[in-house]
Amino acid sequence: MLEIRNLHASVDGREILKGIDLTVPAGEVHAVMGPNGSGKSTLSYVLAGRDGYQVTAGSVTYKGQDLLAMKTEERARQGVFLAFQYPVEIPGVTGVNFLKTAVNAVRRSRGESELDAMQFLKLARKKAKELGVSEEMLRRAVNTGFSGGEKKRYEALQMALLEPSFMILDETDSGLDIDALKVVAEAVDAFRNPQRAMLVITHYQRILDYIVPDKVHVLAGGRIVQTGGKDLALELERTGYAQFVGQAA
Amino acid sequence: MTAASHPDWLESLRRAARAKADAAGLPSRRDEAWKYTDVAGLGVASFALAEKPQGGPPEAVPLGDAIRLVLVNGSLVASPDTPLPAGVVVDRLDSGFSADLVQAHLGRTIPPDAKSLATLNSALFADGVVLRIGAGVTVARPIEVLSLGQAGEEPLAFHPRCLVVVEEGGSATLIERHQGSGTYFSNSVLEIALASGAALRHYKLQDEAAQAVHVATLGVSLAAGAHYDGVLVQTGARLARHEVHAALDGLEASFALDGAYLGAGQQHLDTTTFVTHVGPGGASRQVFKGVLDDQARGVFQGTVLVQRGAQKTDAHQLSKALLLSPQAEMDGKPELEIYADDVKCGHGCTIGDIDETALFYLRARGIDEATARHLLIEAFLAEVLERIEAEPVRQAFAAVVGERLQGAHATRRIDDHRQG
Repeated sequence: MLEIRNLHASVDGREILKGIDLTVPAGEVHAVMGPNGSGKSTLSYVLAGRDGYQVTAGSVTYKGQDLLAMKTEERARQGVFLAFQYPVEIPGVTGVNFLKTAVNAVRRSRGESELDAMQFLKLARKKAKELGVSEEMLRRAVNTGFSGGEKKRYEALQMALLEPSFMILDETDSGLDIDALKVVAEAVDAFRNPQRAMLVITHYQRILDYIVPDKVHVLAGGRIVQTGGKDLALELERTGYAQFVGQAA
Repeated sequence: MTAASHPDWLESLRRAARAKADAAGLPSRRDEAWKYTDVAGLGVASFALAEKPQGGPPEAVPLGDAIRLVLVNGSLVASPDTPLPAGVVVDRLDSGFSADLVQAHLGRTIPPDAKSLATLNSALFADGVVLRIGAGVTVARPIEVLSLGQAGEEPLAFHPRCLVVVEEGGSATLIERHQGSGTYFSNSVLEIALASGAALRHYKLQDEAAQAVHVATLGVSLAAGAHYDGVLVQTGARLARHEVHAALDGLEASFALDGAYLGAGQQHLDTTTFVTHVGPGGASRQVFKGVLDDQARGVFQGTVLVQRGAQKTDAHQLSKALLLSPQAEMDGKPELEIYADDVKCGHGCTIGDIDETALFYLRARGIDEATARHLLIEAFLAEVLERIEAEPVRQAFAAVVGERLQGAHATRRIDDHRQG
């Protein structure tokens, strides 16, 4: 589903990704683990298409198409979903308005009919209830005044509504207590199916107890330095990243 | 013109104003209060004074169940249907019935600056309207003054004039809309006198024709415990200036004026306010939010003066502008002058671009860039529009803002297409 080849990327002229190779087939979950500053967030932003993240070499192919040639919104419409590490507060834009605009933009691009206000509300309420997102949160401005746990649940709600094929979870476990982590991670895990794939970017192993990966990659110094099975995550939890930091430089 | 029919007292007031205006001329950029805005440079002095329009009132839909007056080129062409609610009087300024009231208030809320355009208005206004809300009367239906500019090939000048007096404990909602077609100079003056305990909500939409010049002077005087609550939305005109003079004379008066403005093309939108706290315990709040695209220019000059006797004043002023293009410009000049020692005063001025992280977040959910920008701009202005309590008014004003934003994006999409 996703093929990253020799990906180099810079931010403000500084090279952060230094040649990443990574293939995630449909139906699989891959974890990318690494120390702070290894390029984990840069990888997620490059895949989602954030301005200012300059790809200097390499390619990313998504469902056979050149992902890097697509605008940010086009990637989202084609089914790429980034769950943000820090969901953005947008005062003045109500959740319902935001979610409906997004859902209908994606539906239009798939050639599906747009949902009217009533149809959308019915769907949003159902999904919100499953994820423990309150009616009140739906009415409020996007992420505004939400707790850390509420923000991550709200990300999961967006995922449930947009039904993406490829999900990038950028440190979804950060800022979550163990109960909130369980709710969010189980919701994401329930989303797995043979047509979908996932990249779980994380510093810590604990989220992988709920979303068990098919493969674990270690990112250090802008490169994948080791790849293994799910046991690699447990090993990293014991040994830490120190062994890789010198190796990458 | 009906100058000959004005009563003597009014005629002498007009003649004195005329003499002053003729001697002083129009303000220029050499005048401190006008240093960012060049109204004389647009040739308005050579625009012909509009004649009384012929024919019946134009068809236009009132907002909700508003009691409505229509001015065409500054002349009153449609008075509200009678009977009016008890305690409400609508009259011409020169009518004998309201002479005492008009004489007591006309020209009292605006400083007698010879060079001001309010002086020119006093010299040249056509009919003029007075509204009186009686003591203790609460008027449920809003009262709307619709000013239409109708100019053909020849540029016209006109000077709408309105006086609103709310007597003790009275309460009302005033809607003011300015629209039109052609090239014209609308130089309006609205004076509002609020007696003790009186309250007025005032919602103004300036959506003049694209080639119009709109200058408005608003004077508000507030006696003890009076409340003025205003929202000003500016989308139209080639050049517009909204100048406010508010005096919180009485104990614990409150004045709140929020504004939203949208400028594109070569538009120039100026908001200049002078808020004076005279009596103790008063509160004033001003929040102005502007969105400027293309080569549009915004000006915010806000002066808050707290006089020696105005202890326990709470005064706040904030100007925020979003610049959507590198050629757009914003000039801000907030000023606090404080002569009392026990007050809470604050002001702020910010100028910025659309929040890039918010834009990315929306686009990462499949929302195209133009729509995402639209959502963020609407959200930025929402804080101001949400202060309009009357639902049909809020919807109508928001619709005009929405159309302007849509229009701007449509143009940009065409440009993108051409470039692509």
